[in-house]
Amino acid sequence: MNCTEFLSQLTDYFDGNVPVDLLAEIKDHLCSCHHCEVVVETTRKTISIYRDNQVYELEPSLRERLHAAIMKKCNCGPKSGS
Amino acid sequence: MPAIDTPTEEIHPDVALVDRARKGDTAAFEQLVRQYERQIFRVAQHITQNREDAEDITQDVFLKAYQKLDQFQGNSKFSTWLVRIGVNESLMRLRRRKTSKTVSMDEDIQTEDGAIPRDFAEWRPNPEEIYSQSELGEILRKTIQGLPQGFRTVFTLRDIENMSTEETAEALGLSVPAVKSRLLRARLQLRERLSRYFRQKNQEVHP
Repeated sequence: MNCTEFLSQLTDYFDGNVPVDLLAEIKDHLCSCHHCEVVVETTRKTISIYRDNQVYELEPSLRERLHAAIMKKCNCGPKSGS
Repeated sequence: MPAIDTPTEEIHPDVALVDRARKGDTAAFEQLVRQYERQIFRVAQHITQNREDAEDITQDVFLKAYQKLDQFQGNSKFSTWLVRIGVNESLMRLRRRKTSKTVSMDEDIQTEDGAIPRDFAEWRPNPEEIYSQSELGEILRKTIQGLPQGFRTVFTLRDIENMSTEETAEALGLSVPAVKSRLLRARLQLRERLSRYFRQKNQEVHP
């Protein structure tokens, strides 16, 4: 397996959806290719850092204001078909 | 001790809430709003990159959902159905903003660029140890803003909102292979861009 072939399997590899025989090839490749090992590690970190640090989280005060606005809008809105 | 078999199919609690809301129970609808308002806001802000737009879109999504509850078939999760409305509203908002340019899930994805890693430096020390939370937030925001919209949206649903590949495909009206291909490129592009900030600081010292 070369680096391009490895990259094409990266999504399935992260999802744990790689067949056993292919997984062995991937592991062999990762043992011999430091670049791909770094790509795996830093891509995992990319995902986890975005997941753990929600960049667009609603602050509580804005959330309450938005929630009230939604409920006001919906209570006023007619239901379809009625 | 063997586990006790539970052959009954698990029904998502949202189904009962939607059913009650359909019958006019506003408290049930309000509970659904509470559960998903943050998610819809985040998705809208990731796509539009504008807080005011995201607030308006979040309100519009729940109003639309409320008016169209009868159209929710229950084939997908309620949250996926809501996210789909949110994505459509967000893309519509972008279209209105850029009146002369078409905005769709196909925008900016024609190029194969960004699928080839170039930076192979390790990220040490851990970025979360060297940056304050506000500095890190700024880096993450700037980096994801630079991603083409078609990639950003897939990454947001799949990796930030933790939806499955199938749910993401359904919410975006894309095929599963298209989601996988965009997700790979989104992740690799973000990784490459973040590496400019997070690459091992002292590597120049060691030849």
